[in-house]
Amino acid sequence: MTTPANVTFRIRRYEPASQRPPAWEDVTIPYADGMTVLDGLRTIKETRLPSLAWRSSCRMGVCGSCGMFINGHPRLACNTQVTELGTSLVTVAPLPNFEIIRDLVPDLRSMFDAHAALMPHIIRDDVQEMYEPTGEYFQTPHELEQILQFSYCIKCGCCMAACPTVATDPAYSGPMPLAQSHRYNADSRDGGFAARTQVLATEKGPWKCHYAGECSQACPKGVDPARAIQLMKRQLVFDYLGLYKQPCPAKVVAKPAGITRRADVPEAPAATI
Amino acid sequence: MRDQRLWTWHVLAGLIILVLLGLHMTIMHLDVLVGIFNPRDPHPIAWANVAARARMGFFTVSYIVLLGAALFHGLYGFRNIVFELGIGRGLKTALNVVLVLGGVSLFAFGAWAAWAAGTLARTL
Repeated sequence: MTTPANVTFRIRRYEPASQRPPAWEDVTIPYADGMTVLDGLRTIKETRLPSLAWRSSCRMGVCGSCGMFINGHPRLACNTQVTELGTSLVTVAPLPNFEIIRDLVPDLRSMFDAHAALMPHIIRDDVQEMYEPTGEYFQTPHELEQILQFSYCIKCGCCMAACPTVATDPAYSGPMPLAQSHRYNADSRDGGFAARTQVLATEKGPWKCHYAGECSQACPKGVDPARAIQLMKRQLVFDYLGLYKQPCPAKVVAKPAGITRRADVPEAPAATI
Repeated sequence: MRDQRLWTWHVLAGLIILVLLGLHMTIMHLDVLVGIFNPRDPHPIAWANVAARARMGFFTVSYIVLLGAALFHGLYGFRNIVFELGIGRGLKTALNVVLVLGGVSLFAFGAWAAWAAGTLARTL
């Protein structure tokens, strides 16, 4: 696409206090080199629509705050160049499958509630070791490989917005919480499979996923939640049949002794929490 | 736990269907390879062949197993599709009851039919 002189943003506006239904509003602004959708929204807020609301923070595709429905696809506004859309008309709406708080701000609580219910953290019996470590949990590069891509998730909600099952079934946890649950189930340092299965074995689990694969298409970080969900299904089926035995969580290995710090590598700062 | 159990049986029923439906297709369409199941006539659905198969206990059992697997697989799949429409808790319970009663009734009727066919064929 040739660089446009102007770009028209068609923005979904919604102000709950006004009692009016959501409506589209068109704003045309001059294109600037390297303009992202987030840059365009900032320009519009500064110059045309001061009441326009959205959520954003890092501006570099890391924080996951600016998930929006851009030209019919869930994307990160900060990570989407206007020129890559192939048109000078940019439609921006809040992520589908969530309640709208205002304008482009979705209410992500349903996603985070489902996420928290699936215990997305390392669960082990040696609590003392977790909080006052005497060594490190041993993990091989191969074991790391099993979880690495799933740990890139930034919880932006794009996969939830793309999922056709989330759109219709409120009981379904959705791709992000399920993929993160699998990320910890597959972690060699974790021992929480049985605890998570208490939730996963119910209607909140992966059973309603019919592998549309839209979540993996939508993920701006290249995570494949659809794969995580299928792996999780297999794990749970084997578990029901008594064929799955969770390996013992990784053992603690002592910190290596007799190693001196290189002079050019600074010491890590003291913990702040 | 119920959804994990149902899904596992859904998968197992699919595997059973795969095997038994494969056997059915083989008998119907690859008779050259498995002539033993069509001993009386070159045509697989000739009455003499149907009666001969019905006399074999293996087929009576396989018909009943296939019926059970197909009913469970199909009705569970249908239930999932309807549940995805976001229906309320009461409707879900009602649908569960209807599907269980309907499934059990159809299974009982079909199993009786397969058993009766075998018994009848053995008297011929």
